[in-house]
Amino acid sequence: MTSAVYFQKVSRHFGSVRAVDAVDLDIVPGEFFAMLGPSGSGKTTCLRLIAGFEQPTSGSISIFGERAEGVPPYRRNVNTVFQDYALFPHLNVLDNVAYGLMVKGVGKAERQKAAEEALSLVRLPGYGARRPGQLSGGQRQRVALARALVNQPKVLLLDEPLGALDLKLRENMQEELKSLQKALGITFVFVTHDQGEALSMADRVAVFNDGKIMQIGTPEDIYQRPKTRFVADFVGSSNVLPPDFVQRYSGQHRWGSLRPESIRIGRAAKGDGVAARLVGTNYLGATTKLALDADGLRLHAIVPAGTKLPAEGEAVMLTFNREHLHLMDELA
Amino acid sequence: MSLDAAMPRATAPAILPGSGGMRGALSDLFWRRPQLLLFLMLAPPVLWLGIVYIGSLFALLAQSFFSIDEFSGLINHEFTLKTYGDLFQAANLDIILRTMTMAALVTLASAIIAFPIAYYAARYARGRWKALFYLGVMLPLWSSYLVKIYAWKLILAKEGILTWLLAKLHLLWVLDGWLSLPVVGGNSLSVSATGTFIVFVYVWLPFMILPVQAALERVPGNLVEASSDLGASPGQTFRNVLFPLALPGIVAGSIFTFSLTLGDYIIPQIIGTSRLFIGQAVYSQQGTAGNIPLAAAFTVVPIIIMGFYLWGAKRMGAFDAL
Repeated sequence: MTSAVYFQKVSRHFGSVRAVDAVDLDIVPGEFFAMLGPSGSGKTTCLRLIAGFEQPTSGSISIFGERAEGVPPYRRNVNTVFQDYALFPHLNVLDNVAYGLMVKGVGKAERQKAAEEALSLVRLPGYGARRPGQLSGGQRQRVALARALVNQPKVLLLDEPLGALDLKLRENMQEELKSLQKALGITFVFVTHDQGEALSMADRVAVFNDGKIMQIGTPEDIYQRPKTRFVADFVGSSNVLPPDFVQRYSGQHRWGSLRPESIRIGRAAKGDGVAARLVGTNYLGATTKLALDADGLRLHAIVPAGTKLPAEGEAVMLTFNREHLHLMDELA
Repeated sequence: MSLDAAMPRATAPAILPGSGGMRGALSDLFWRRPQLLLFLMLAPPVLWLGIVYIGSLFALLAQSFFSIDEFSGLINHEFTLKTYGDLFQAANLDIILRTMTMAALVTLASAIIAFPIAYYAARYARGRWKALFYLGVMLPLWSSYLVKIYAWKLILAKEGILTWLLAKLHLLWVLDGWLSLPVVGGNSLSVSATGTFIVFVYVWLPFMILPVQAALERVPGNLVEASSDLGASPGQTFRNVLFPLALPGIVAGSIFTFSLTLGDYIIPQIIGTSRLFIGQAVYSQQGTAGNIPLAAAFTVVPIIIMGFYLWGAKRMGAFDAL
């Protein structure tokens, strides 16, 4: 099957900065693909390479089997939902949504009908006459989505589209985007620095760091079986364990990771486990996050709210299922 | 702890004492009554603008409703529209039309020349290049207006550098062909309407570049990207996004270029034909001819034209993006 987006050794350098460094990427048609990484990791540049705003310094990009180097953005059947929405301030909502059809020469009646339909799709029917300035952040986000979807793109690019929304709205939009993508069957490429967002929405996630892809896999792969310390640390703030520690429990001298929710807290000097001291608690609502000190090694554990906890500073015994201790392939 | 040692907070009171004296009392008063400060700051300029500036303008305009006694040359202080009627004499109408046409052409040319410069400055120029842009645009404004015009007279003269350059390039026939045309032509560029046009565009260009640049600077770069992303070619992006968003700046600039051309009487005096412009008509009517009412009536013409111009621009939606 042809890939929706295919990167072969793609690099994009800005002067001496390697924003994207020899990236290989293969996005399957119809999947919800997330590019996750800290700011400056190259994920947004990758998105801009797909959109055509940037050209690769080297390597080749194809979109649905067609070579895309040197092809300007307006000749790519790819649309973008911009981080700050980039709605045209001088046009009303309907004309904003109909813009793509207008420049393609679709007649006024037809494009306005299509725009109305797209607005209904994002649950903003009847908002056409308003100006972007009169809308809330969440509504603007939906208009930006409608404006991109009305063109029926082969690939929809989303550049941190939920970053500016408050928590409740963001959770709603996550579900909506997910179901919209399922219903439309369009390939979504989603850039985010929020690991929770990437894990909950995407079919597959690529974790970026320093212009390189650290790992590509399903959310479960990435979360349960991180390949590198960076992935373990960035996705869900896992406990990264040094080789000496790991050796005691697995017999192998390798870096390991242990999810905070895999750690159980017991009374000191009971059974075998890791002797530690509770140094802080952080109440998070449904759960409580504990900071622990195991002979100089800082660990985090997450326990359900309401768990009876020892006082801060007391000695505790940590236990975990050895199957949960994940050994990482690489040392990096 | 160490924080307490660095900041001994126990001794500081919750409310600090006033700084005392007149200044302290005034500061507190202005803070409590900000309108008072606003009033004190605005009163002098409002008085100046309201009485000295607008007031004298209206005093002048009132003169346009008087008339001149053609035998004695004395002003008849009775309300009449006769002076306005005089504006519609063929010779005067000719002056008005000539000035308006020149102002419109100068404005159009300024806008066309200014846009790429402003676009470059707003989108691409950074740091040192931006400073160079401002310097380049503003530098001509620092030197005397008269010196620049006389310099242009030398450039455009028959023995001037332009003729010399065209002769070297074997393009003199282009210039001669142009100068042989009626209305725009003449003996040399410095005594032709074309020369007047060139110098007007040169002198007023900065007043177009700066507002257009300011307008373009406010257009977020991602709107251009969004337009391109949605399938618009660069030309379509210009027509549908850049131009509408730059329009308030172009209108602001055109208000300068248009009204400055309408009112100027020095450039057409020094460079161009002997045919009069509105500014020159006002100058000669109030000076040598002593016909203050007609001079005042001529002054009203640019005001009315500008009024219609702004009204039209507003109807076209030039200020919608503000």
